[in-house]
Amino acid sequence: MTEFSLADANPEALAEREAIAAEPGLWDTLQDVFFGRPSTMIALVVVLLFIVIAVFAPWIAPADPLRQSFLQINKLPTWSHWLGTDQYGRDVLSRLIYGSRNSLIFGLLSPVFAAICGTILGVTAGYFGGVVDRVISRVIDMLMAFPELLLAILIAAALGGSFWNIVVVLTVAFTPGFARVSRASTLAVKQEPYVEAAVAAGVRTHVIIFRHVVPNILAPIVVLMTLWSASSIRIEATLSFLGIGTQPPNPSWGNIIRDGLTNMFATQWPIVSGGLAITIVVLAISIIGDAVRDVLDPETDQ
Amino acid sequence: MAKYLLFRLLDAVPTVFLVLTLVFVAMRILPGDPALAVLGASADGGQLEILRQKMGLNDPLWLQYLHFLSDAVRLDFGRSLMNDVPISRLIANNLPYTIYLTLTSVVMGLIMGIPLGVYAATQRNKPPDSILRIYSLIGYAIPDFYLGAVLLVVFSLNLGWFPINGEGVGFWDGLHHIFLPALTLAMLKSAFLGRLTRTSLLEVLGRDFIRTARAKGAREGRVIYRHGLRNALLPLSTGIGISILSTLSGSVAIELVFNRPGIGHLLIDAITERDYPVIQAGVMMFAFFVILVNLAMDVVYVFVDPRVRIKS
Repeated sequence: MTEFSLADANPEALAEREAIAAEPGLWDTLQDVFFGRPSTMIALVVVLLFIVIAVFAPWIAPADPLRQSFLQINKLPTWSHWLGTDQYGRDVLSRLIYGSRNSLIFGLLSPVFAAICGTILGVTAGYFGGVVDRVISRVIDMLMAFPELLLAILIAAALGGSFWNIVVVLTVAFTPGFARVSRASTLAVKQEPYVEAAVAAGVRTHVIIFRHVVPNILAPIVVLMTLWSASSIRIEATLSFLGIGTQPPNPSWGNIIRDGLTNMFATQWPIVSGGLAITIVVLAISIIGDAVRDVLDPETDQ
Repeated sequence: MAKYLLFRLLDAVPTVFLVLTLVFVAMRILPGDPALAVLGASADGGQLEILRQKMGLNDPLWLQYLHFLSDAVRLDFGRSLMNDVPISRLIANNLPYTIYLTLTSVVMGLIMGIPLGVYAATQRNKPPDSILRIYSLIGYAIPDFYLGAVLLVVFSLNLGWFPINGEGVGFWDGLHHIFLPALTLAMLKSAFLGRLTRTSLLEVLGRDFIRTARAKGAREGRVIYRHGLRNALLPLSTGIGISILSTLSGSVAIELVFNRPGIGHLLIDAITERDYPVIQAGVMMFAFFVILVNLAMDVVYVFVDPRVRIKS
């Protein structure tokens, strides 16, 4: 991307400055999001707590999540194993703590990748129109007809589960949504006077796209990203539960429940605690997502 | 209207074609050598060559693609690698269970969700409304398989009210077996449908004809059900379509939790056993279902909303 100094008093720079002045600063927006409601603050604390747990897992976990012990099979919670042990004698709490790494990383990675791919497709379709638009829209419509989870299961069925495959699966599942939203927003922004001015002034297309179009369609994309990081964690959990996500013996919240279900006659603690972890994180992230949506596009407020 | 329906039907053709192409690409390129998958790593070169010839893997790609398409159109999915049963029979055996579960849970979800939404709308911003909001938030966050597992542990394992797995024999036993799996999906449906009912009913209740009805002195119940809910049904019919689709994907995990037969269970078993022809057939079945439900939704739309008829 080309750097412009303010000395170039071309219509482009002027239009850009006006566009920026109308928008509230990023910091104000963040403050509105996070300190607006007490529920959002609690949700934020919960998410940060889980991130800290995931990052510092080796220091927090009381035991090695993979270490099996035949003397400690199916123990109910005790002081040495707070959530008991599973059918291989592994410490459930440690597996949950390490599992948060596998579960959270997908929640953060795939929405970002999907946002990048989707925005590229959507902006291309919306900005250039014509045949490009028709082809892209057709494929998006087709993919949108599938619920994300089903799409993810179908792709994972074909690809098989490994770290990068799951990232690809979730990215493909979420891309159509981003593409549709960014296409619609691009069509709206394209009508704005500042874009028309830039086109009339002969600014190169890629500069218009990166300087005028993309910054002005970011709000709905950020909203989708937060909302879908919740879905992403839930879908990864489902895939792991089905045995096509994170592969054992690596722990993830989904496959902890899977292991727990085959062993439910002996101990039910892995099922209950694994599911609670997923539910709490997804709940917290979707509360934050709702708050972000309310601040960034108030019109869609229900 | 017939023209609209015909147009809509033709419109689904390229989608089916695209799905088939995607499946072909995914199944032929990704798993490596299908002949090797059938015989296992210990197979010798001669056997592999014979099987490749038999499976048509030595044909040029375009010919394989044509064979694949004609097989798919004739619903000939080949045979399972694991037990050499025709896959069409596997599907015929499992499909009724998935359809039964999907329909039961959608009906239960509607029975639970619509009254909930109506009640919340009439009690707007009062405690019942907040309770529905929390219910729908949790309903969004809780994974279906976890809710299913908790219900299973509480009601089947600890209380012993319901069977732990299987599908049951006969109607009443079948109902006994399907209750918990259907309830799991229905609870999640009702969270979504309740919220949707509340939103669309509140929107309708703000319109002029509702004020007219009230001014005429119509009773509140009549205003809400005859005037309000009937007009709120249109967005709700889209919601029902969406919830059928999400039930379809939810049924995969639920069939596994409750160990019920079904297309989802078939697909997941095939994945763990690397039974590629069955995976391929399962994927296609789900894809066709999605296309079918979308098509049905559009047809229902024409009947529910006269405006669509006029526009077409």
